Amino acid sequence: MIRVRVSPEPIDMATELAGVEAAGAGGVASFTGIVRADDGVELLELEHYPGATEAALTRLTEEAIARWGLLAASVVHRVGSMLPGERIVLVATAAPHRTAALDACAFLIDRLKTDAPFWKRETRAGGRRWVDARDADDAAARRWD
Amino acid sequence: MRVLYFAWVREAVGVDEEQVAPPAEVVTVADLVAWLSGRSEGHARAFADRSRLRAAVDQAFVPLDASVEGATEVAIFPPVTGG
Repeated sequence: MIRVRVSPEPIDMATELAGVEAAGAGGVASFTGIVRADDGVELLELEHYPGATEAALTRLTEEAIARWGLLAASVVHRVGSMLPGERIVLVATAAPHRTAALDACAFLIDRLKTDAPFWKRETRAGGRRWVDARDADDAAARRWD
Repeated sequence: MRVLYFAWVREAVGVDEEQVAPPAEVVTVADLVAWLSGRSEGHARAFADRSRLRAAVDQAFVPLDASVEGATEVAIFPPVTGG
């Protein structure tokens, strides 16, 4: 089971995880990214490249399924405006054993950050600014090469 | 050729996409960016620092020295920041 969704709708954890658990695997791992509330951000906006973003996420998910023998994988990413505390992204993977599920989940979130076209803009009291890419994210993605 | 812009590149250029017909000497993405820079002050501002630009040709990420010959869609944008 592959599920890739890019949508302005809030991410419902229970529904998404149930979909992955239904594959009947021995282990399910997940990562949830949340808008940080601790550094003055009042609003986060996510822009994407319709079509190309979904295609990039599908390619990554197919790569993870093949590399770790996953039974199911789900990548759900929100776009549009969101508030601190809201979910931005959910990655969930199902495999016969935990190591594959955990490694595939880490691979997907690391590579999503460098390989899928999304752009973040933060609003703080002082105004709006586009978020700069981080070298640490490139390094995290490269460890899966 | 359809050219798309995203994030601050889109804001600086002032439009999210445009149809262009570059001359034959435009071979690579970098050539296209240089040629587009002449279209307006906004384009010039958006493309002033090439090290801050990334690109996709027909929706696949490519380096700026990649060819745009035969491409139907080229996107120019900042480094991505999803997740």
